[in-house]
Amino acid sequence: MDKMPKWADVVLTPLISLVLAMAISALVILAIGESPWMALTTMVEGALGSSYGWGFTLYYTTNFIFTGLAVMVAYHASLFNIGGEGQAMMGGLGVALVCLALPWPHWGVALPAAMIGAALFGAAWALIPAWLQAKRGSHIVITTIMFNFIAAALLNYVLVNILRPVGSMDPASARFPEGTHLPKLAEIAAGFGIEWGKNTPVNITFLFAIVICFLVWVLIWRTRLGYEIRAFGKSEPGALYAGISPVRITVITMLISGALAGLMAINNVMGEAERLLLNSVEGAGFIGIAVALMGRNHPFGVFLAALLFGFLYQGGGELALWTTIPRELIIVIQALVILFTGALDNMVRIPLERMFMAMRSKGKP
Amino acid sequence: MAGAVDEQKGRSDAAAPAAIELRGISKSFGPVQANKNISLRVPKGTIHGIIGENGAGKSTLMSILYGFYKPDSGEIQVNGNTLTITDSQTAIRAGIGMVFQHFKLVQNFTVLENIILGAEDGPLLRTSLSKARGVLKQLAQEYQLNVDPDETIEELSVGHQQRVEILKALYRQADILILDEPTGVLTPAEADHLFRILEGLKAEGKTIILITHKLREIMEITDNVSVMRRGEMVASVKTAETSPEELAELMVGRKVLLNVDKAPANPGAPILEVRDLKLVDADGVERLRGISFDIRAGEILGVAGVSGNGQTQLLELLGGYPEKGSKISGSVRMNGETLDLTGTGSDAATRRARGIGHIPEDRQVEGLIMDFAAWENVAFGYHHAPEFNKGLLMDNAAILLDAEQKMERFDVRPRNPNLAARNFSGGNQQKIVVAREIERNPDLLLIGQPTRGVDIGAIEFIHKRIVELRDSGKAILLVSVELDEILSLSDRIAVMFDGRIMGERLPDSTTTGELGLLMAGIVDTENTPDSAGIPPDLKHVEELPQEPA
Repeated sequence: MDKMPKWADVVLTPLISLVLAMAISALVILAIGESPWMALTTMVEGALGSSYGWGFTLYYTTNFIFTGLAVMVAYHASLFNIGGEGQAMMGGLGVALVCLALPWPHWGVALPAAMIGAALFGAAWALIPAWLQAKRGSHIVITTIMFNFIAAALLNYVLVNILRPVGSMDPASARFPEGTHLPKLAEIAAGFGIEWGKNTPVNITFLFAIVICFLVWVLIWRTRLGYEIRAFGKSEPGALYAGISPVRITVITMLISGALAGLMAINNVMGEAERLLLNSVEGAGFIGIAVALMGRNHPFGVFLAALLFGFLYQGGGELALWTTIPRELIIVIQALVILFTGALDNMVRIPLERMFMAMRSKGKP
Repeated sequence: MAGAVDEQKGRSDAAAPAAIELRGISKSFGPVQANKNISLRVPKGTIHGIIGENGAGKSTLMSILYGFYKPDSGEIQVNGNTLTITDSQTAIRAGIGMVFQHFKLVQNFTVLENIILGAEDGPLLRTSLSKARGVLKQLAQEYQLNVDPDETIEELSVGHQQRVEILKALYRQADILILDEPTGVLTPAEADHLFRILEGLKAEGKTIILITHKLREIMEITDNVSVMRRGEMVASVKTAETSPEELAELMVGRKVLLNVDKAPANPGAPILEVRDLKLVDADGVERLRGISFDIRAGEILGVAGVSGNGQTQLLELLGGYPEKGSKISGSVRMNGETLDLTGTGSDAATRRARGIGHIPEDRQVEGLIMDFAAWENVAFGYHHAPEFNKGLLMDNAAILLDAEQKMERFDVRPRNPNLAARNFSGGNQQKIVVAREIERNPDLLLIGQPTRGVDIGAIEFIHKRIVELRDSGKAILLVSVELDEILSLSDRIAVMFDGRIMGERLPDSTTTGELGLLMAGIVDTENTPDSAGIPPDLKHVEELPQEPA
């Protein structure tokens, strides 16, 4: 039998990790002479207390869904793609090139084209590490992280030397034409007569992200490719026995992973900034790793974990804005959550498993 | 018990304290008992062979002696002193040196640097290096252990690398030397040289323990020999007082024959024709050295042999997944058509499409995905089959239904297709694999170790199904290290040793003793490997048209 019930694995373990992370955060806040309770209420109030707060929380959530899914898909093939950051940057470049290429008449036309651009550029950036891993055995963790730096340098070059409008001092592209501006969630809600969080960046991409969560679930658990990806991830000798080509699966999985990371640019570049900025990804690629780990590599879990990290991001911003708790402490809190839910997962899991095993053996005669 | 036997022998042997004396050593890994109450006495200044099949517990025992594992119970005496060997440093201090099967050398260091590694005299390397150079010169003269001290390891041949390992142990003043399968990687000439070195060491009063499964080596060089089987020490005898036949029988063991109801075979046309198949693996080791055999429809060809003699490579090659980087030559014909051995059509999926089913040797690593549910495993390898798919998506309902039926027919327990494969017992896991492969009704079924770790009830069931498949006119290649299984299932038996087929026998007219000798590489001259067992009318021209690679 499994070591513990599914609910304990999926819900209880991350919850305990989260509580531990919060407890230590509270101690840190106490240590600098602030009130943890006040900090918590400020975060909850700021991130979830108003439609304005939700607007930002969901915007961040959307970013993390894409990067979380990217890590998740690769993880099912036992590939640790930590190049989401670079792939999302390149996705941004793809979006910018598409949006600036034509005077798009309507976002409905521009969006599919931009999505293809984002996915293609993200996938292309994952292709080289994937190929090196599959054919040459270069470890994908090393190559993808190096490609993050290359992406940053390349983007810098392209923005400064090619995409920067004449006369501008800012390393950023020109504004995208009107016809590429995506509808904000507030505008969509207004269409239904609901008044909801004006001036917030959350846009239609959030809805797409939910659809993509579902599509990824179909891919992994309902298609032959997903079956092959999971089989390969569990046992490479098994995959060979079954006639599944490791080279093919490695490359295809990384292409999908890179494309998902690249699609994040639809949210932050096309949906929010409406032009390509130098550091638009803001570490979301790395947060994706924690999101995938905490989401137990399931799209629904990724969605929930992305929501949590969206809350932490927005709540953290509010904390810095309204209290004397320094900005750096927010990073400490976020780091603690990542540490406990991601890296120290087994610290909670193993004692819990023992507990459930003990309970079960007691239950039996 | 065997322990009593060898203690008596031991006492009559020598009056001096033994170099090594083990009493009642036991070691378990989870449910597997690797060593059961082992006693062993190795007199000083002798060469002592330990022989047994792979997995008999030889290496575990030596690892205990060298401090890698802690025994669950038992006592170790070295030169008359009781010792608790907690790590290899303790073993080295007690004068024990170990030469591993896979060398533990730093490839880009020189010989001298490797020798002093871990035995440096001080913070400065120069003093240790010059001291080692002197010692090395002396050892080279004494024992014919000539190696250029300034050559890097990667430049040395395998035989020379092994000498470095021996020198390392001698430099640490080992006077008990353990060699684990030392000739496995050597050419015959290198092996001869090694034996001369060992004789020299013995003449100097060193004690040597030689672990091997090659009878010839035991007979040639050892003074005493101990036989291990399934974690137990079954006998310890003087080499001069035993024979290869006796050792072969002791090593293989004789169990109660399992009864398989089977009618005489009614072989038809050849299904598989293998000619001069050769495989050199990525490390350059020749795993298959020119294998030829036929299997006809309605016939089971059993391949006997100690594991590690090329059977795995043969199965993987025929199954469509030889180790990456292997060089393959020879030809294989299936139903009269040539099989692609190296090109794009040489993968496992293509093999399945050609009608080759495969029950792999290791069900937990290859045959099943342990984290997948039983029903998902029922489609494994056949997940492209039209009946398991509905357009773009897999037809999970159809697979689930198929799994339920297969589990019913093969009596898989518990009959819960949603349970992960790892939660079934070994026998039931194997039944899932057997059901999947047999029910595809392949023309040729490759079977590796069908009943390893399977309970008696399931063994009988699986054997019955294999015979049924044969009776329906299919060809079966059965590889097993269990001689009883080979004897009771096969219609013909081929014995593999060191990448070759040493001979073919008929199960009714052979004995375990005879097979044991063949398994140990001792050939007779009566039957040549290629022609035996293949009726004259089926022998075809040796020169088959060569495939372009």
